[in-house]
Amino acid sequence: MNRYTISVLVNDEPGVLQRVSGLFGRRGFNIDSITVGGSEQIGLSRMIIVTSGDDRIIEQVEKQLNKLIDVIEVTHLSLHSIVERELAFIKVKAEPSKRPEILGVVHTFRASIIDIGPNSLIIQVVGELNKMEALIELLKPYGILELCKTGTTAMIRGDKHP
Amino acid sequence: MEHLSKSTSQPLEHSQEMITGSEVLLRCLLKEGTECVFGYPGGNVLYIYDAMVGNPDFKHILTRHEQGAIHAADGYARSTGKVGVCIATSGPGATNLVTGIATAYMDSVPLVVITGNVPTTVMGTDAFQEADIICMTMPITKHSYLVRDVNELPRIIHDAFHLANTGRKGPVLIDIPKDVSNQTMLFQPSENISIRGYHAAPSPNQAAIDDLLQAIAESEKPVIIAGGGVVYSNASNELLEFVHRTNVPVTMTLLGLGGFPSGHQLSLGMLGMHGTYTANMAVQQADLIISIGSRFDDRITMNTAGFAPHAKRIAHIDIDPAEIGKNIGTDIACVGDIKAVLEYANTKAKRSRSDNWIQALKENKAKYPLHYMDSDTVLKPQFVVEMLSKTTDGEAIITTDVGQHQMWVAQFYKFKHPRSFISSGGLGTMGFGFPSAIGAQAGNPGRLVVSVNGDGGMQMCAQEMAVCAIHNIPVKIVVINNQVLGMVKQWQEIIYDNRFSHIDLKGSPDFVKLAEAYGITGLRASTTAEAARIWQKALETPGPVLVEFVVPKEENVYPMVLSGTNLDQMILGEFE
Repeated sequence: MNRYTISVLVNDEPGVLQRVSGLFGRRGFNIDSITVGGSEQIGLSRMIIVTSGDDRIIEQVEKQLNKLIDVIEVTHLSLHSIVERELAFIKVKAEPSKRPEILGVVHTFRASIIDIGPNSLIIQVVGELNKMEALIELLKPYGILELCKTGTTAMIRGDKHP
Repeated sequence: MEHLSKSTSQPLEHSQEMITGSEVLLRCLLKEGTECVFGYPGGNVLYIYDAMVGNPDFKHILTRHEQGAIHAADGYARSTGKVGVCIATSGPGATNLVTGIATAYMDSVPLVVITGNVPTTVMGTDAFQEADIICMTMPITKHSYLVRDVNELPRIIHDAFHLANTGRKGPVLIDIPKDVSNQTMLFQPSENISIRGYHAAPSPNQAAIDDLLQAIAESEKPVIIAGGGVVYSNASNELLEFVHRTNVPVTMTLLGLGGFPSGHQLSLGMLGMHGTYTANMAVQQADLIISIGSRFDDRITMNTAGFAPHAKRIAHIDIDPAEIGKNIGTDIACVGDIKAVLEYANTKAKRSRSDNWIQALKENKAKYPLHYMDSDTVLKPQFVVEMLSKTTDGEAIITTDVGQHQMWVAQFYKFKHPRSFISSGGLGTMGFGFPSAIGAQAGNPGRLVVSVNGDGGMQMCAQEMAVCAIHNIPVKIVVINNQVLGMVKQWQEIIYDNRFSHIDLKGSPDFVKLAEAYGITGLRASTTAEAARIWQKALETPGPVLVEFVVPKEENVYPMVLSGTNLDQMILGEFE
């Protein structure tokens, strides 16, 4: 099982996310994460999908996606040198006495505090999967109250683009 | 029957006038060449049906169930190559189409399916007869459109016809909310197609075809597997020429029947679960497999791990790149429209070294022909199909339902022409056989259309006999009645150790009387002698006729390859 990141340029139409995610579900392809947002072109959205499987599966994923009429272009990003990032909010239990310690961890990871409550902090972190996981591990002892992640977004490095 | 072509039609006027969405729909359908629409009205398509009043150009056939409408549109499409069109209302009307949409999707049949929906103002409120048909049919449509604005309608209809009947063909659904069907617009037909990101068919990769031709030239035991794609791409003549140039024998998939003449000396018959001995053995012994427009369905490969073990190369010609390598690994992939691929191939094709191979296959054909034990006392279903084949000289359009009779037709009817075998292959939809014949007859008014059904499937859409009667649609409806769900019985007998469960169709109506109740001539035969006489009478009777052939329930379809076993592990039945 390998992990693959693909970029899918789609029409910005109602139901497109469903067409794409439905395809993954019914063909038995995994979705590790999926992000959707606007693209550089008017009327088109870009999805970044992280999937896993063997080479045959990823070939089928690409081909089946290409058959969807609302899919304009599929790029197998993992074949290129890419940057990948994910953003997470982590709400940690933090009585005032614990805050300095937690701040130390946050600074080391170049994360930031974006909200302070009477007994909690919200930490924002941007990074690759490993960094995110390492930070979460370190914060666990303080008590993670809530965690949300955006899923991975990615782009080919350098001048190349899909 | 009514003449369906629009001989009285005036040139369409596109003067600048405000017309409703319903009127736009009808004009656009006519502009796309729609000869006949099958449908069923209901609350949310009332504006559309209202627009039909007083429009003599627009031919609509009212079926008795939405399922009948879509199977008829399907039969029309398969037999003519044109897009089949059907209409149903929202909610239950739309959901009654689902089986038909899935049937067409599995077999790549071009349909434009029009459904009404509740007004946009109440969408999402669980309004009366509201169903999210777009969502429900996403996995079984090539594409679908929800029309939110009447101004979009001309473009959507034009695009839908293009999508349905280009590339790998398939059903396209257009969902029209009731208010949109009554909104007015300044009508302007859509002339251009620009569907961003849609590439109907890539032009053939000549280097890959050259590789294939080289592999053929070196091959001693090549086999072509001809599938439905040959028929859909209108490539039968090109295939025939290719076979003559390369001297490669041909086996057909179920949907490939008719794509290559059954009687040709290089035809091995159908392969697969109920394929001929010669075809199945040929695939298992071949050194080169050339699949042309077949998707290596599990009913032809059987156990994929044991498929074609001696093939040095497997070549696959298909219009859909996603089929390459999906079920069976491919060494030579020729993606493109089959007609275009074969046209190029025919400019360079060389003969294979197949002389000894063909000799051996001929011997197999002689030694192990399709076979059944005929009887003087009882009427055998295979005899009935052979009789249909002989009396029509293989020239009829035959539609079938699903089950044993379908396999017997596939085995014993000698198809000569493409688009003459109409059957639900991929989905295996019971109830398809009879209504699809209505559509096939509507699209081919001059041809003999015979619908072969079992007593099970006939009861799934029997109500459409009303349509045949009312419009005098002269389908010859054959019911091969063995009083049992035969294919299920066969599996229970062979695989489930004779533990028969819910297969007895006792309590079925008297089919002759049922036909008569609808105003159709009904005939019955139970012996060989009667069968010939009664069938002749049916052929000579103008208009629709139902002929019931009463056959024994014991008969099984052989050869048979059990699921999970290899293609050459055939149960041969009475040979053993």
